[in-house]
Amino acid sequence: MTTVETPMGYGSMRRKEDARFIRGRGTYVDDVTLPGMLYGAVLRSPFAHARIVSIDTKAAEAHPKVRAVITGAILDGLKLAWMPTLSYDTQAVLATDKVRFQGQEVAFVVAEDRYAARDALELIDVEYEPLPAVVDARRALDPDAPVIRDDKDGKTDNHIFDWSSGDKDATDRVFSEAEVVVTQDVLYPRVHPAPLETCGAIADFDKVTGKLTIWCNTQAPHAHRTVYAMVAGLPEHKIRIISPDIGGGFGNKVGIYPGYVCAVVGSIVTGRPVKWMEDRSENLMSTSFARDYHMRGEIAATRDGKIRAVRVSVIADHGAFNGTAQPTKFPAGFFHVFTGSYDLEAAHCAVTGVYTNKAPGGVAYACSFRVTEAAYLIERMVDVLAYELGTDPAALRMRNLLRPEQFPYPSPTGWEYDSGDYPRALALAMDIAGYDDLRAEQAAQRERWAAGEVGGTLMGVGISFFTEAVGAGPRKHMDILGLGMADGAELRVHPTGKAVLRISVQSQGQGHETTYAQIVAEELGISPDDIEVVHGDTDQTPFGLGTYGSRSTPVSGAATAVVARKVRERARIVAGAMLEVSPEDLEWEKGRWFVRGDPDQGRTITEIALAAHSSLELPEGVEGHLDATTVYNPPNLTFPFGAYICVVDVDPGTGRVKVRRFVAVDDCGVRINPMIVEGQVHGGLADGIGMALMELIAFDPDGNCLGASFMDYLLPTSMECPSWELGATVTPSPHHPIGAKGVGESATVGSPAAVVNAVLDALKPFGVRHADMPLTPAAVWRAIQGAPLRTDLAIG
Amino acid sequence: MQVTVTVNGEEYTRDVDTRLLLVHFLRDHLGLTGTHWGCDTSNCGVCTVWLDGVPVKSCTVLAVMADGHAVRTVEGLERNGTLDPVQEGFVQCHGLQCGFCTPGMMLTARWLLDHNPDPSEEQIREAISGQSCRCTGYENIVRSVRWAAEHSTVEATK
Repeated sequence: MTTVETPMGYGSMRRKEDARFIRGRGTYVDDVTLPGMLYGAVLRSPFAHARIVSIDTKAAEAHPKVRAVITGAILDGLKLAWMPTLSYDTQAVLATDKVRFQGQEVAFVVAEDRYAARDALELIDVEYEPLPAVVDARRALDPDAPVIRDDKDGKTDNHIFDWSSGDKDATDRVFSEAEVVVTQDVLYPRVHPAPLETCGAIADFDKVTGKLTIWCNTQAPHAHRTVYAMVAGLPEHKIRIISPDIGGGFGNKVGIYPGYVCAVVGSIVTGRPVKWMEDRSENLMSTSFARDYHMRGEIAATRDGKIRAVRVSVIADHGAFNGTAQPTKFPAGFFHVFTGSYDLEAAHCAVTGVYTNKAPGGVAYACSFRVTEAAYLIERMVDVLAYELGTDPAALRMRNLLRPEQFPYPSPTGWEYDSGDYPRALALAMDIAGYDDLRAEQAAQRERWAAGEVGGTLMGVGISFFTEAVGAGPRKHMDILGLGMADGAELRVHPTGKAVLRISVQSQGQGHETTYAQIVAEELGISPDDIEVVHGDTDQTPFGLGTYGSRSTPVSGAATAVVARKVRERARIVAGAMLEVSPEDLEWEKGRWFVRGDPDQGRTITEIALAAHSSLELPEGVEGHLDATTVYNPPNLTFPFGAYICVVDVDPGTGRVKVRRFVAVDDCGVRINPMIVEGQVHGGLADGIGMALMELIAFDPDGNCLGASFMDYLLPTSMECPSWELGATVTPSPHHPIGAKGVGESATVGSPAAVVNAVLDALKPFGVRHADMPLTPAAVWRAIQGAPLRTDLAIG
Repeated sequence: MQVTVTVNGEEYTRDVDTRLLLVHFLRDHLGLTGTHWGCDTSNCGVCTVWLDGVPVKSCTVLAVMADGHAVRTVEGLERNGTLDPVQEGFVQCHGLQCGFCTPGMMLTARWLLDHNPDPSEEQIREAISGQSCRCTGYENIVRSVRWAAEHSTVEATK
């Protein structure tokens, strides 16, 4: 085995967590078996919208292996039939009155094994009275649309919220005088994060101590604990959430799902631990989807290609319950970052949220603080403008990108972009791609095609330049269910100089055990191998809101650096006492305090750690030990950015798209572990190809979910993905303690537009300006025929 | 019914339901939780194990079909305390993130290298094309398998 030196800080060290995973020794929630554990299974609605006439559970209860059958009526008696969502709405745990989407939870069986639990579901008899379903989000507010949420007093329509951002009058003014205005309807269809490990939990209620332990693959264990306390009325100090290894999250594992609550009730009722693991269809049909944004974009520009303003209106399909996890003040998340990377005079967006008979949620799929939708929209609109102006999309972007001297940049919708050098990133991407050569190759190919040469494929080149808004966020402006988005960290340095870092966030594959150890190593000069990172257990870690929205490094990474610096300052006082000098006379070099002007007189962090725990006399008021805690409340979001170029070959005869190349230049500020950063980008690029070309949750007119298994919901494989070509620029965040910005979702945000723009660039000879994702062979072929598909509905 | 299955060289005899899936037999009955479950439809491949030397998706094989046969799982990749080059390759090339697809990917990679010790990138991509990964975008998995091909000192292990 090639040995790779462990860096005393930043660098591409190999991951500490890999040792267990390559041996099959990870501990995922379904790997946990507790003594006497029972298994739960959920009975789900076959209808998208129906009244429940009756539920007969007698036969299921008589099954010899069944220990409990729980229905909405039983939960109602416990005041648990409904639970709060992360957006101050309510969601049925088990349906009482109606079912409101196909796959909704109707009953819960607890049995001795997982097969018996499933068998018993078949024995439950539910009589439904089907109702017409609201499937098309654009018709949800029609006066004659069936009212989905008649459980809410006085509710007579399917309206959830109206929200807007930007200066409408100023924007309208620019539009009224603009030389060129281009309008385009753009759909970001419903997709699903689909982590390979489905959602699941084990609830273990100890009647004697009153302690509820929940093993759950949640991305936000502390937030879960607080919400369970609110939902179940249990005292929060008696709730412990253990989030073990997680088999991918991507936002899917942020929310609290009815199955978890049912497992808790099941454990309380039976007095035994209850495990519930959803199957793949349950995952795709009922847990948090993403997107479903129906957007109308308008862009105002001068004839020679100066973009002046952008105006957007959106219908946001939130499904049957508003379960999206957005900061309270932002019901459409950070969609108002839709002005993207460009210097605009004005911008305005208006978003209307609606209920439909579809699964609830909207939190998910890296990143759905709605940055993904925003980045896709603006990058599609810029290409639509380039199409209308007949200009090169790279040149159009270069002309309109924000310039480095404009940072920190106050955007027209109220953001302050922290730092950026956009032209440098785009130039680098074009250089790696060999942009001019690609255009020359394309021109030659188009000439042959126009001359009547038939057969073969048409190449397309697509560009996307994105700006993300991550690291939520300043608690003054950002909370979820009233919980401010700040995160704690605690660092202990043991007498022998080994350290334990405890953090609030939880990895789903991002490599926190390595990266966070590297941050401490960089700050204190302790080897990452000597630093244990503890996370994912609320009894062992400080409070914080968890890992999603690319917030771990911007928030918890900052907390880690800050707490390590606190330890360093404590060490300084101890070192002063050891060396019998004033702490002010000491200087730091990695791992060691020394006397200014006399570098030989110094003490290493290991020596200081032992002394801090010893009988050494410390100055008056100094407590001893080196341990420290902190809570990091970010002063601003961070704004990673990147330039992506995709090259595709499209077969106009079949509509098949082959991604030939993909160039990605990312700037996420300082890179703690470049190897891990690149891995994060790789994964997001694959997501982008998936969403652009394959992934889709569509519905038929009755509300049947048409993406309910991996036979229908297509994930990109190794054959669809090219070998990624990455580049990097580094523009540190000025307000983050180590200049890092976060990267987990950058590629997922930036890549779909590059792929779609590339396909549409290939279709330019057919006069196709726009077609909606996913660009399946059928969708591409239909676009070429001049009859584009409405991809979200299996109609027409 | 009673089944006897050789798993990683060790013989296990258990009474099982005829409908029990091999993946659940390995995980729930033998406690070999390195083999994962992901989709039920043979699409994602996180449940991939070897059955008589051939990669199969254990979510669509019944335990009774493995009666009298030999199964190899991720727990059987390491031999006498020595990691398989494939395991080392995944560490060196960051071929895993969440680790959920990794056992299945590594078993297919070992099978490929046993049959084709010097595979091209295209051949590696084809070999793993029946298995999904949501984290890595496949690039580093391909590199990991290439790393293993270039660092193979051990004989074929089938």
